Formats: sequence, structure tokens, C-alpha cells
Amino acid sequence: MTDVPLPTARVALVGNPNSGKTALFNALTGSRQKVANYAGVTVERKEGQIATASGRSLSVLDLPGTYSLRARSPDEVVTRDAVLGKLSGEAPPDVLICVADATNLRLVLRLILELKAVGRPMVLALNMFDIAQRQGLRIDLEGLSREIGCPIVTTVATRKRGIEDLVAQVENLIASGVLSTDNIWREPDAGQIRDAHREAQRILKGNVRAPERPDTFTGKVDSVLLHPFAGLAILFTLLFVMFQAVFTWSKAVGDLMSDGFGALGASLVAHLPAGILTSFLTEGLISGVGSVLVFLPQILVLFFFIILLEDFGYMARAAFLMDRIMGGAGLHGRAFIPLLSSFACAIPGIMSTRVIDNRRDRLTTIMVAPLMTCSARIPVYTLIISAFIPNTKVAGVLSLPGLVMFGLYASGILSALGVSFITRRLLWRGAVEPFLMELPAYKLPDPLNVARSLYLRAQIFITRAGTIILPMMILVWFLSSFPGAPAGATDPAINYSLAGRIGHLLQPVLGPIGFNWQMTVALIPGFAAREVAVAALGTVYAIGNSDAHPGALATTLQHHWSIATGLAFLAWYVFAPQCASTIGVVKRETNSWLWPAIMLIYMTTLAYLAALVVYQVARVCGLG
Amino acid sequence: MVSAESRAMLAKSAETAAAKAGRTLRLSETKPGDHGVIVEVRAGSHSGGHGVAVDELQRRLLEFGFVEGAQIEVLHEGAIWRDPIAVRLDDMRIGLRRRDAEGVWIRLDAK
Ligand SMILES: Nc1nc2c(ncn2[C@@H]2O[C@H](COP(=O)(O)OP(=O)(O)O)[C@@H](O)[C@H]2O)c(=O)[nH]1
Repeated sequence: MTDVPLPTARVALVGNPNSGKTALFNALTGSRQKVANYAGVTVERKEGQIATASGRSLSVLDLPGTYSLRARSPDEVVTRDAVLGKLSGEAPPDVLICVADATNLRLVLRLILELKAVGRPMVLALNMFDIAQRQGLRIDLEGLSREIGCPIVTTVATRKRGIEDLVAQVENLIASGVLSTDNIWREPDAGQIRDAHREAQRILKGNVRAPERPDTFTGKVDSVLLHPFAGLAILFTLLFVMFQAVFTWSKAVGDLMSDGFGALGASLVAHLPAGILTSFLTEGLISGVGSVLVFLPQILVLFFFIILLEDFGYMARAAFLMDRIMGGAGLHGRAFIPLLSSFACAIPGIMSTRVIDNRRDRLTTIMVAPLMTCSARIPVYTLIISAFIPNTKVAGVLSLPGLVMFGLYASGILSALGVSFITRRLLWRGAVEPFLMELPAYKLPDPLNVARSLYLRAQIFITRAGTIILPMMILVWFLSSFPGAPAGATDPAINYSLAGRIGHLLQPVLGPIGFNWQMTVALIPGFAAREVAVAALGTVYAIGNSDAHPGALATTLQHHWSIATGLAFLAWYVFAPQCASTIGVVKRETNSWLWPAIMLIYMTTLAYLAALVVYQVARVCGLG
Repeated sequence: MVSAESRAMLAKSAETAAAKAGRTLRLSETKPGDHGVIVEVRAGSHSGGHGVAVDELQRRLLEFGFVEGAQIEVLHEGAIWRDPIAVRLDDMRIGLRRRDAEGVWIRLDAK
């Protein structure tokens, strides 16, 4: 931006959750956005640029939504510090834009009073003004502006109405040279919060008249969706439809992508001289990146539903309905969405635990998220089930493989609940964070807004996952490729590599759970991502192109494994932390190696015990 | 703790609406349909075990608009132990657990 004559001004967006802040940020900055993390914390930092009509450029920072500057979650700490200009590595904003839902002004007025005490120039964006007008809500804009002492602009973020006005007002403030006054903000005590409410109430009474046609839709919908029994039934139906969609809609695209990566790898093999570089490109890089990207369609379909339901206002209701069910296991109602996402992949699930205020609640959720059956387990489950579970019907209608699959999902969920229950009991006895949540008015989701959020999610997943997954993949490739096979070797090359040696070393430990050395060796590359184990088994059993002929691999396994071994392998995969990327994300999100270490140890222990029990019981039953 | 609470609530549900009008009770003891005015938001009146200090809970309640004089109506309750509850607070809707609502005292209106 060096060709712009005026200096860049910094603007920060603040507001209550659900005020349409994200929509306004999108309307202001369009596609000129950058998503990153704040230095040292794992809070998303969203920044965008605006070039104004007068040639000035504004850099807009979207701060996490909050009800108060008295920060409670890591997100809210960022908002407070950014507003106060105390965030390290971040210049203080020149102007604040406070975003308010015009139909729900009470709480934001209190936030505005707090923001005024900070003393920065501020503009109030009265968003959702279309809804306010539809309801016949009368707001005396001039009076309100006088009361709170800052200019007001009415906006409709989803229709991009009022955006130019808003920018013009911000420019006005900058051009008129209004400077920050002294910061007199202090953390309010109970009495001061009461006073602020009284003041907000007075301002409201003087300037806003109750709507002529208040929203009755939300109440009607809630009486169905929050009905104690019908509400839960609807929630579970929704979840069912969602998972159907995740696995059917995205399958075709995912298959196409994995074929594509396969073809790309094959053509490289065909055109490049055989050697380390080719091996690195095809087996390390392309198959590594490919094995992650093939999950993108599933993740996007899942997020499509989540964003849709979030924008509609349903997710707060889902948390409400699930609170007691999850609360019994010591989980917060808000843990529902992260755990839901973890069915696609634990990585976005763990990343979305940031909505949970309390550190303990957040850590518990992070620790159990990988127990949810992510889609990377499906190829492994499918392979073993097709090899060892006879395709018969139980009670005439239910297919046995389907039941086993269901059982594997259920074990994941139940063990997650069990682990969080025990964590609560052992580590953080009793202390339960309060559950207080606004249930926003229902709104029809705006297609463009949904599309944009989805795009952003994809971008975050690819960049964030990419930076963690890639090094892990390269490490695993290295372990499985070096040293190479000696001349005249008869066994598969992986057998001579570091991974092979580690596998042989571990074999005695894994013997009691029924794993032979081939399996142990396959577990090492399988650490890159769960489904890689399928390809790795193909490699150790020297079946070329196992992806294209899953049937061949299943037949081979039938010959080499007992049923007990197959079942033990399934049990292992329910629990084993066979995903280096998840461990990497946990490290990143908790900012310490302690939690990933605990996760690694507890999940491996569970996996070992589960496989041991399954193997030994199966042998006693004569399946050995 | 829960069972004592729910027994108390069951006993209360037998009362007629007329007898309830004008009564003051904790928000945690109300049932759907009850409506009234918040008369007091106390700190430290609950049975402990919260992840936060009692005055912090009080401040959070206040910040969400649970202040003296606010109009409140209980709208819904969850299926398990009739918890959490959803309330209309002035012109907002809020969901909260009964245990966190113990410090909020309301005076019921006539039906
Ligand atoms: N009718 C209308 N809907 C809006 C407006 N601004 C945002 N929304 C919708 O309100 C919901 C919440 O918006 P979002 O930006 O996610 O809120 P945030 O939580 O403050 O970031 C979404 O469904 C938006 O499409 C507006 O000005 N008018």
C-alpha cells in the first residue's frame, strides 16, 4: 500500500456474538482478508483491507464477539487487549466500530458504555436494520447518537447496505482528528454492572420504542425445537441426515480426488527416473498431501451443515438440548459442535474448541475429540470388516458388517464420554463452569454469507493442516524409506527401513494382542494418517496397488490373520492415536507438549488394553 | 442435591397459579410458564462446586441482563432433570442451568 498518499488507519470491529459482525466484516473487506493467529495464542486473527473513495486505506481487524471487556475466554482476552491497545505485536486501533443488532440493543449498550470508557473514537453500526424495520421498531437515531456520544450508521450487512456510509463515518473521525482520550476503563464490579444496566435501560427507554410487530416466529419455532422430547428427536434426526450427507455426497468427490492423486503419483513414477527424489515426491509428498485433502469434501459438507445451522440460530439450541446429556459426562454443552466436527476429522474439531470459555472444559474436549470416529478410520474399518466379518443378516434384517460398524462408532462415543467423565473425577473434581448462553432469534441463512464462511473454513483447514501435516508426512516417509533394501533383498523394502526395524523391535510388545510383525511395521507409516495403514499393509504384504484392489488385500489378510487378530486390529484402531497431525494440532492449540504427550499415552494404553481383551477373549471363544 | 431440588419443584407444581402469584422464589425452582420480575441477584447463595468464584457467577448473570427489575419468563426446560432452562429476559432469550440460576430471585406475577 505504499502508493497510497494517506497513512493506513487501523479499525477494529467489536460487538456481541450474533450481532452480524462476521457478515459486516465480510461486507466491508470483501475478499481482501487474511486469516492467521495472534502471536502466542491460538485465537484466529482476521484482518482485511479497504481502499476508501478518498484513497485512504483502512486495515480492519475483526475481534472475537464479547458481551463485556471483562474477558473470560482466550478469545475475549484478545478482544479486550486489542481494544485497550495492549495486545503484544498489535498496534492499537485508531477507530472502533461497534456492531450492534438493532433489534437487541440492551446488552450491547452496556458494552458501548464500557467501550466509551476506553476513550477511542468509535462509530456504532446498527446492523440488522432490515429486521428492525420489518418489526416496526422505532429508534431515535439522533437522540441515541447524542446519548452515547458517537456517530451511528444503520447497516444491513448481508445486503451490503450502509457500508459506504460506515466507511465514510470512519474516515470522518480520522480526518477530523478526533484523538483517543484517556483510558478510564476498569474491570467493573457487580454494583457497576448494575449501574451500567440502569444507564442502558434509561437510554433504551428514551430512544427506542417497542416493535409494532415483534418477532413471534422464534417463539413458535422454539416451542417445537426446544421441546424436551420432540426437540431431541429432531436434533438426532438432523444429525442422522447430516452424516448420511457427509458420507454419500462427498464420497464421489473424495474418490475422484484420491484417484487423481493416485494418477498424479503414477504419472510421476512413469516419467521420472526411479530414485529417492521420485519416491519422496510420490510416496512422501503427493500421497501425504493427498491423503489429507481427500477428506476436504467430507469436512466441507459437514461444515456446510454446521454453518447453515449456526446462521439459522440452531446451534445454540443444540448446545442447550445436549447440555445435560454431555454434562453427565462432564462435558460442556458447547463441546457439542467440536465433537460433531470430529466425526469428519479431529483436526477441525480440535480447532473449533475455541468457543469454549473455560480452559478445563476446553482441554477435556480436546482430549476426547480424537475418540470420535473420524472418516480416516473408515477405510481401515471397511478393509478389516470385509475380510473377517461374514456378510450375514442378524435377526433377518440387520447386516452383521453394518452392526459391527455401528458398534465401532458407538465404542468411540461411549469411550469419549467415559474418558471425560474420569478426567473430571480425577483431575478437576466438581468444578463445573456456568452454562449461560444467549439463544439468538432465528434468521434465514444468507446463501452468500454461508458460501463465504465455507470458503474461509476450507482455507483455514488447508493452510493450518498443511503446515502441520506436511512435515509429519515427510518424517514418516523418511522412516519408511531409509535405509533402502540391500541388493538382492527378497522382503519388501520397508522391512529394512527404520520403520521396519522399529516394527520388529516392538513386535514382542504387540504379540500378546495378536499383531504379527507385518502389522507392527504397517503401524509406523500408519501413524501419518489412519487410512495410510491400509496402503502400508499392502506394502508389507507386497501387494502392488492395494488401493485399486482392496479385495486382494482382504483375501491376503484372511490367509495371514486369525479372526481374533482382525478383531484386535479393529479394537486398536478405535483408540490408537494413529494420527501425527492430530497430535501436532493439539500441541499447537494447547501451546505445550504436555497435553499431546498425555493424549498419546492414554490413547495408546486404551488401544493396547482394548486389543488385548478382544484378542484374548476371541481366542478363548475359538477364533484364534 | 438434584433430587431434593426436583422434589421441591414437584411439590410446587401442585400449587395453583393464583396461590403462586406474588411469591418470591429462586429462578432455579421455577417451571415453564412462570413469569415475574427479578427482585434480587445474589452472590454466594448456591451450593458450591462451580468452576468460578461466587461473585464471578453473579457478575456473569448481571452481564447477561439478570438484573433487579428485569422482566423474566420461563419458556422451556430440558428433558433430563428438567435442566437447563430457557428464559425470556426482557427482550432476549437465554439458556442456563438451574444450578447457575440459584442466585436469581424472582417475584411471580399473577397469570
Ligand atoms: N437480515 C439480516 N441478517 C443479518 C444481517 N447481518 C447478519 N445477518 C445474519 O445474522 C446471522 C449471524 O451473523 P454473523 O455475522 O455470523 O454474526 P456474528 O456472530 O456476530 O459474527 C447470520 O445468519 C447472518 O446471515 C443483517 O444486517 N440483516
